[in-house]
Amino acid sequence: MTEDSFEPNVIAFLCNWCSYAGADLAGTSRLKYPPNVRDIRLMCSGRVDPVFILEALRQGIDGVLVAGCHPGDCHYQSGNYKTNRKVRLLGRLLKELNMEPGRVRFEYISASEGQKFADVVTDFVSQLKELGPNPLKGECP
Amino acid sequence: MTDEKLKFGFYWAASCGGCEIAVLDIDEKILDVVARADILFWPVAIDTKYRDVEAMPDGHMDVCFFNGAVRTTEQEELAHLLRKKSKYLVAFGSCAVTGGIPGLANIANREEVFRTAYLDNPSTVNEEGVLPSTESRVKEGKLTLPGFYDTVKSLDQVVDVDYYLPGCPPPTNLILDAVTAVFDGKLPPKGTVIAPNKSVCDECRFERSEKRITKIRRIYEVEKVEDKCLLEQGIICYGPATRGGCGARCLDANMPCTGCGGPTPNSLDQGGKMISALASILGLDNEESMTDEEVEKLLDGVVDPIGTFYKYGLPTALINRRVEK
Repeated sequence: MTEDSFEPNVIAFLCNWCSYAGADLAGTSRLKYPPNVRDIRLMCSGRVDPVFILEALRQGIDGVLVAGCHPGDCHYQSGNYKTNRKVRLLGRLLKELNMEPGRVRFEYISASEGQKFADVVTDFVSQLKELGPNPLKGECP
Repeated sequence: MTDEKLKFGFYWAASCGGCEIAVLDIDEKILDVVARADILFWPVAIDTKYRDVEAMPDGHMDVCFFNGAVRTTEQEELAHLLRKKSKYLVAFGSCAVTGGIPGLANIANREEVFRTAYLDNPSTVNEEGVLPSTESRVKEGKLTLPGFYDTVKSLDQVVDVDYYLPGCPPPTNLILDAVTAVFDGKLPPKGTVIAPNKSVCDECRFERSEKRITKIRRIYEVEKVEDKCLLEQGIICYGPATRGGCGARCLDANMPCTGCGGPTPNSLDQGGKMISALASILGLDNEESMTDEEVEKLLDGVVDPIGTFYKYGLPTALINRRVEK
């Protein structure tokens, strides 16, 4: 696969109350962003277990986006803070495993930030294109 | 059960030998074991040869307890051989079950392991830079050594395993449970981990309240361990992510759990679970006002992520070795 034709697969874990609504707004506002992302809606970004991210990477996903409410806005008070820390700590582990921590990204996206969702996805996809395919792609049975 | 004696075998692969001693830790009950079972193969204790095992009919041994991970061609061959010659194969101890301490070598490869062990080690004199090779010629003839793999594997990544007995080494009560089950003919379903389904926290003597860590402390930085949950004192304790059965004996000695019991039931990845648990209670008190820089500073307390999160289980983790590009 040449550099130009590589299209990364991105999985996005979005919280029900803010980020999924933000993604929805991006859609209803007819904003353009790369079609590489597959969304999974969770009740809270705090539901994201680092095991989900590790399993996705093992199966060959190129990038994982996790998005939750802005600080102070979490519907469940503190899920977003916890996931921010989880993703950062996981990033340190990935770095030691020689897997680029840049493949996992955490963002605060509110329900009114359709534009931010589109911008984040655009930026993340271009960043992943530079990183190239997940080296574990195709290794998982 | 007939009067005929059962036939046991023991083998060690990539391990430290502690599991062999754990067998004797059942003390005088070892006499009950040898009264009812003959030990046909046990390289550390009795003089039997590989060819004796090869000469056995298939399925001749009732149970083989296999400790150690698999990292050489010899260990791999023996794993296949013992699988064939045993009715039940038991992965005995953390190394066989999850890869164990030798499994940490998966952050390197053969070349790097050899370089560290035989060339860069300050206490090794090796001026000619000799490295182990599978074949070398001397004037008396040809000498051979087993091949050494880049990646360490757990036993069930090499052969089919019937039961798992985790722990570093497995606690004596679990060893006795396993042996008693064999004697009584009451073996659990294939694939069972012979240990309780609860976490180490469940067996821990320390009192637990709401967990929150303001700063991670390594055990040497703690002057006096208080009589409460070690996580609440900022010491990374693997109890929440680890299968119990050990009676939390490390905690009895005021030392944190490091995870030798392997993942809790239905957990795909012990390290991932511990990251989740630890990150959730870190800096809980003022998380609303904490900047990302302050979070990073807190996380600096985890000085060795792989050694902390996969001390005994890198080969069976979801990402089970350093990613080669």
